[in-house]
Amino acid sequence: MNRQVTLRVNGVTQQHSVEPRLLLVYYLREVLGLTGTHVGCDTSQCGACTVLLEGQAVKSCTILAVQADGAEITTIEGLARDGKLHPLQTGFWEEHGLQCGFCTPGMIMAACQLLERIPDPSEAQIRHGLAGNLCRCTGYHNIVRAVQHAARKLLETKQR
Amino acid sequence: MIPAAFEYEAPATLMEALALLRRHRGAKLLAGGHSLLPMMKLRLAAPERLIDISRIKELAGIRESRGGGTIVIGALTPHGTLESSALLQEKCPLLAEAAAVIGDPQVRNRGTIGGSLAHADPAADLPAALLALDATLTAMGTSGARRQVPARRFFRGLLTTALRPTEVLTEITVPVLKRGTGSAYEKFANKASRFAVVGVAAVVALDRRGRCSQVAIGITGAGPKAVRAVRAEAALLGREPTAANIAAAAARASAAVGDALSDIHASSEFRLHLTEVLTRRALARAAARA
Ligand SMILES: Cc1cc2nc3c(=O)[nH]c(=O)nc-3n(C[C@H](O)[C@H](O)[C@H](O)COP(=O)(O)OP(=O)(O)OC[C@H]3O[C@@H](n4cnc5c(N)ncnc54)[C@H](O)[C@@H]3O)c2cc1C
Ligand code: FES
Ligand code: FES
Repeated sequence: MNRQVTLRVNGVTQQHSVEPRLLLVYYLREVLGLTGTHVGCDTSQCGACTVLLEGQAVKSCTILAVQADGAEITTIEGLARDGKLHPLQTGFWEEHGLQCGFCTPGMIMAACQLLERIPDPSEAQIRHGLAGNLCRCTGYHNIVRAVQHAARKLLETKQR
Repeated sequence: MIPAAFEYEAPATLMEALALLRRHRGAKLLAGGHSLLPMMKLRLAAPERLIDISRIKELAGIRESRGGGTIVIGALTPHGTLESSALLQEKCPLLAEAAAVIGDPQVRNRGTIGGSLAHADPAADLPAALLALDATLTAMGTSGARRQVPARRFFRGLLTTALRPTEVLTEITVPVLKRGTGSAYEKFANKASRFAVVGVAAVVALDRRGRCSQVAIGITGAGPKAVRAVRAEAALLGREPTAANIAAAAARASAAVGDALSDIHASSEFRLHLTEVLTRRALARAAARA
């Protein structure tokens, strides 16, 4: 039997009737058309599907949409503010933190949680914080630099 | 991959959840879903009905018991909360240490202690720690009666525990470690899944003469279920934790494993080798912290 769910996705309230077996990632991609969240492995390993649920990084391929009923979700589409990219997005751009870009939305959402918890992380803390995200082409060095770039920018804006 | 269709309910109280379990025999509980949903997506499991217990407030939280001496952890507590709990870090650091090396940050945000124990994956980390701590697990049946099971009698076999299908695991009670007691968790992780190929948890207490007055060793990953290494414990009890004594005790750890698992990740010989090496390291680190 379908169930009614109400979620706030990137600040917009959404209400739909869904099958209980609908995974959150397919709700975002196919019901809401937010295709920035990717499906990589579909087996909970790669982190490409990472979104923020109540501010926490989660793998949306391993959560049912009904489990997220009532929750606040942020996807990659919700990061930019007033047409300006989030410092993590510019960080990946400036530091060449991506090649094909498939892992990037998930990387950025996981990095969001990391910088929320540790605003000035060491390289080891960045690697540890992104342990749930796999990149198959860029390699991790530039991804670490991209996160460091964002951390610096976010700290600068805080100090101002 | 899409799970087979099922009915879904999300009760707000434990009593409602128990009533649903009584009414629907084909139902399964859903906590963090990080073991059950991957299995359902692969169609290794196809329950008719999921009872999502994640909204039941009574099952959340970590608190010290009123008289002190023990810490009570709600079954829904996620691994990440165990990892960052100041109470656990101060009074029962073994649990925080083991939780911190589970999977990755996303998995630790969703996976719960109750789900991990009820699922009893042979490669799960927390069972080793709970065995070494002599934890007590509390379950509630459909009549509302509580039942307590010591960790040593909880793990029965591969993915099999002492829980009945109509019971909900409600809380886990662990001791506050006394002064002069140290603990450590050593894990050799599978590089891809991050589950334990082998994990060893140790608790060591030293008396005033520097001899071991308590030794507890929990082993996971090596065999079909997590076990206590009683012979290795006995070999170190009453002795000083010197490198030679620890090595002699660790050499007996693999006896507890019985038939070691063998798969594409590690042969049984390698698992038994890891058991000895990690026991040695865990004992040495626990003794150094005592
Ligand atoms: C990519 C990945 C990596 C992982 N790595 C590790 C690792 O390194 N180490 C590790 O230990 N684990 C690891 N896990 C497993 C993770 O810790 C799971 O979250 C955990 O094993 C199950 O907890 P859950 O809350 O998600 O349970 P669920 O998946 O919701 O439930 C699991 C089972 O337990 C039952 N159940 C749940 N709660 C209760 C309850 N309160 N009472 C009775 N029955 C209950 C359910 O019915 C189900 O049968 C990993 C998982 C993933 C996806
Ligand atoms: S698609 Fe979700 S973890 Fe890979
Ligand atoms: S940029 Fe291609 S997978 Fe990471």
